[in-house]
Amino acid sequence: MTRAGLAALLSHWRRSPLQLFTLVAGLALATALWSGVQAINAEARASYDAAAATLGEAQFAQITRADGGPIARDTYVALRRAGWLVSPVIEGRLEGVRLIGVEPLTAPGGIGPVALDAGDDLPGFLGEGILFGRAEVLAALSGTGLRGIEAPDVAPGIALTDIGVAERLLGPGISRLIVAPAQPRDRPDLAQVAPGLVLQPPQAGSDIGRLTDSFHLNLTAFGLLSFAVGIFIVHGAIGLAVEQRRPMVRTLRALGMPLARIVTLMAAELLALALVAGALGVALGYGIAAALLPDVAATLRGLYGAEVAGTLQLRPAWWLSGLGIALAGTALAGGRALAQVARMPLLASARPRAWAMQSRRGLVMQAALAGVLLGLAGLVAALGSGLVAGFVLLGALLLGGALLLPVVLSALLATAEARARRPVAGWFWADTRQQLPGLSLALMALLLAMAANVGVSTMVGSFRLTFVGFLDQVLASELYLTAEDDAQAEALTDWLEPRVDAILPIRNVERDVAGLPAEVFGNRPHATYRDNWRFLQSAPGAWEAVDAGAGVVINEQLSRRAGLAVGDAVVLEGAAFEVLGVYGDYGNPIGQVILTEAAFERLFPGVEALRFGLRLPPDAVPALEAALRDDFGLGEGRMIDQAGIKAISMQVFERTFAVTAALNVLTLAVAGFAMLMSLLTLAAMRLPQLAPVWALGLTRADLGRAELLRALLLAALTAVLALPLGLALAWVLLAVVNVEAFGWRLPMALFPGDYARLGLFACLAALIAALWPARRLARTPPAELLKVFTNER
Amino acid sequence: MNVRALTLILLAGPAGAQGFAGLGTQAEGFAIPAPGYAFDFPADHGAHPAYRIEWWYLTANLTGPDGTPYGLQWTLFRSALAPEDGSGWDTPQLWMGHAAVTTPEAHFVTERLARGGIGQAGVVADPFAAWIDDWQLAGPDFDQLEMTASGPDFAYDMALSAEGPLVFHGDAGYSVKSAEGQASYYYSQPFYAVDGVLSLPQGDIPVTGRAWLDREWSSQPLSGDQTGWDWFSLTLEGAKLMGFRLRQADGSAYTYATWIDPDGAATAYSDGAFIAEPLARDGARDIPTTWRVTLPDRGVDVTVQALNPEAWMAVSIPYWEGPVTVSGSHDGTGYLEMTGYEGTSP
Repeated sequence: MTRAGLAALLSHWRRSPLQLFTLVAGLALATALWSGVQAINAEARASYDAAAATLGEAQFAQITRADGGPIARDTYVALRRAGWLVSPVIEGRLEGVRLIGVEPLTAPGGIGPVALDAGDDLPGFLGEGILFGRAEVLAALSGTGLRGIEAPDVAPGIALTDIGVAERLLGPGISRLIVAPAQPRDRPDLAQVAPGLVLQPPQAGSDIGRLTDSFHLNLTAFGLLSFAVGIFIVHGAIGLAVEQRRPMVRTLRALGMPLARIVTLMAAELLALALVAGALGVALGYGIAAALLPDVAATLRGLYGAEVAGTLQLRPAWWLSGLGIALAGTALAGGRALAQVARMPLLASARPRAWAMQSRRGLVMQAALAGVLLGLAGLVAALGSGLVAGFVLLGALLLGGALLLPVVLSALLATAEARARRPVAGWFWADTRQQLPGLSLALMALLLAMAANVGVSTMVGSFRLTFVGFLDQVLASELYLTAEDDAQAEALTDWLEPRVDAILPIRNVERDVAGLPAEVFGNRPHATYRDNWRFLQSAPGAWEAVDAGAGVVINEQLSRRAGLAVGDAVVLEGAAFEVLGVYGDYGNPIGQVILTEAAFERLFPGVEALRFGLRLPPDAVPALEAALRDDFGLGEGRMIDQAGIKAISMQVFERTFAVTAALNVLTLAVAGFAMLMSLLTLAAMRLPQLAPVWALGLTRADLGRAELLRALLLAALTAVLALPLGLALAWVLLAVVNVEAFGWRLPMALFPGDYARLGLFACLAALIAALWPARRLARTPPAELLKVFTNER
Repeated sequence: MNVRALTLILLAGPAGAQGFAGLGTQAEGFAIPAPGYAFDFPADHGAHPAYRIEWWYLTANLTGPDGTPYGLQWTLFRSALAPEDGSGWDTPQLWMGHAAVTTPEAHFVTERLARGGIGQAGVVADPFAAWIDDWQLAGPDFDQLEMTASGPDFAYDMALSAEGPLVFHGDAGYSVKSAEGQASYYYSQPFYAVDGVLSLPQGDIPVTGRAWLDREWSSQPLSGDQTGWDWFSLTLEGAKLMGFRLRQADGSAYTYATWIDPDGAATAYSDGAFIAEPLARDGARDIPTTWRVTLPDRGVDVTVQALNPEAWMAVSIPYWEGPVTVSGSHDGTGYLEMTGYEGTSP
């Protein structure tokens, strides 16, 4: 009995292979997009974790100099001799690689062993020197002549070596001290042994992790939307399959098969399909992730300096979660249909219930639900705070918007119908409206895909504009130098004085400001700042007042987190300063305060500038760089020219766009596919409605053209409606999610050209999707149409 | 004599390092001990960077105000990757410190590692100072020393005062370690009187007692077939006895002993005169912590028993080191060190 029942149920798929394809392809696509994005995120996170473990930032407290400068070796020895169990690290950049020199004898377990396990050669490590890193890193550093040992455990972009080797390559000065977890019982205070050093507790999440959260959040949102779009397709396919098998279910029950067993069989069938589709999706997702990862890695490296491996690893947690989401999606999409079967009375009519039809009451319910969701979104936007609220807001907005779509479209079509004069036009509008319920799932998918595209491209575009403006602001000087020590800094300034238009020393210390960690900068008064810096809010003549020592300007992060606005007071080393301006700062997660050089020297005596910005004609930069290299031996990394940084940044954004564009195309493709499947399904069911129109004189070609026109019209309407939803989505991403994740709000820019192109694509997708069903309709043999009148269907 | 440091230091390193290539080979470029060496003090109390390995090894038997016996260890090892001083981070001179306190119920131990050349660890002869991090053994001369060390759960601060002369082992300080002729320079100061304070989790404890300091340097590792050793330093009613037993892979042993009269006069006993036999195994690691020790020539036939069988040194290269009590033909106290038992049956 069970076998016969199963055979009967499965025979449905044999008769409707297209439905089976829709179901499996929809689910596989949904799973692929979701798990592809997850794979990218997982790879990036793994890279951050490896970096944090390699650097020891996550497990161990660190000691650094309050002003961020290098720590003298004697200070390290003084700390050890006072009983502080600390281990020195010298790190810096060499040939684009982050070179980390550790002291293996004092390094707490978990840092050095990465290197030493791989080598077992302590004399080599301490003596002539060994580099540990991934193959590409070792290749980049081959010019050092050091022996390289490949170590996949070392985070990407990092090379580990002995501190002595690092000192030879990077110059003297300890970058930071790692504090061992177990310390002797009695130690003097840090300030007593080494004034000027600060102890930082272990960082649960790395800086890079926090910095890139927003980026990954956006990727995740993208993945989730794609998945939602896919689930709409699956929902439609399953609903149709269940609906069409109602007579079969009735027959099986009439033959004595228990309802529970039928439902169980159908559930098992769905489970099997979900597993197959999930596996396909995971494989597809892996392909998507592998194709996109190099671009994502380049983006993250350029934007945040975060190193992410360019190659993908297959992680069990990841593909299991991919299968899991496929199962969850199927349960979500198929649950209601199965419940309907379970509730179906034994003697119910076997006639298909016109699956696609929904009553007017259903539409009203949907409108009400949409209203509730949108209301919730408004409420959360007004009252909520935090990342979770941001996501609730996103979810409510998108779902509400999607549910509202058929309601709005129906109203629009009804209006058009009422205004139609000619009978064919009247029929067209009425027929379109009548088809709406059957197409609404596909249209919702299109709406979501469009809205996601509009939202994300608005966000990325706004980010790009803002970031480029921000670079112009912070990189106003043509050339930036970093001196090795105070003596070199002095020699450099003397040498540069007659050669450049202006030397702008950059001095900073790290201090808690208003209870939050922040950097305090001392700026030399100069037109550079007045000309290039833009404030989000400011008092009149802000820079002039700062130059006069009357106050400070702070960044947006500090302003938001500490609740400081223009006119409020900031206390530095016991002295109060008025906040004169708030500037946008899109390059770092912590607060900043800028005051004038004289005031800075008064508050923080003895903090000398090692970094300098130089103003000079841009075309004189290469000659000056060459002279500095020759006369001072300033190497790569100690000189940064503004044009170079900007070029790299632009490259980064082009890469980001490549990723975004790829995801955009994929989601649109999924939505187009949903449309195609819905139209094909409807086409078969609509013959009885079309036959009378044909009999009244419309040719089959006319009918086909009407089909095409209808798809185009609906897609265009959906695209128009997607625009406000997408812009709302962009607003949430920029003004809510970003503020929570980053502490700053991106000004939103609009890109009408992009939206127009997107709308065109959507219509194109709909047109392509409608082409085949329309063609089929136009070629329907007249006999088929005639049968409608002869057969008692 | 602490032969184990020969291996220990060469194998020392951070967790994960599995030892150096070249262990058991000849000492390329390093100086080699030779008979007839004329010791030069105070210079020879300092470091000898031309030799591969060297140590300043102090153990003490102490008593608290209530008569409770305690043991204490302060050790500084030097190991050179190359026979030169070097400077800055690039020095080939590495240092390792071990400190321990043993009570009848507990054993506290901690370890420090450092490289030379930057001032984090080192030894200077005059005025004498040996240090690693905040641990220190220093004073105006070798006879008057202050000694400190600390770990996460203990610390101590001791004053040492020598009440007798230096004692030279083997042939006037030239100490042979195997039948094949591996040797070291080896002398001791076994006559320190100690008083100071132990800081333990239960509180500070004032203590007094006796300490024994070993000085040894060499370049040649042990002979390849020596698997471990048992080393005794015993104070027996005024006289003192140092004896060791190097265990061979074939089950035989190479022994040596120095008998020290109360006035410091030393008598050397070559292989076979000194006999040490394990009597009972004990502790979590099944290590022989009760021994029968005999030196028939001096009428010594004693039972040596660990104060705390769990005196395990859980450091880079683990070993057993702890205070012992002596009974039988003589009564007394002392220190016992055993290596090569970890994971193997001797």
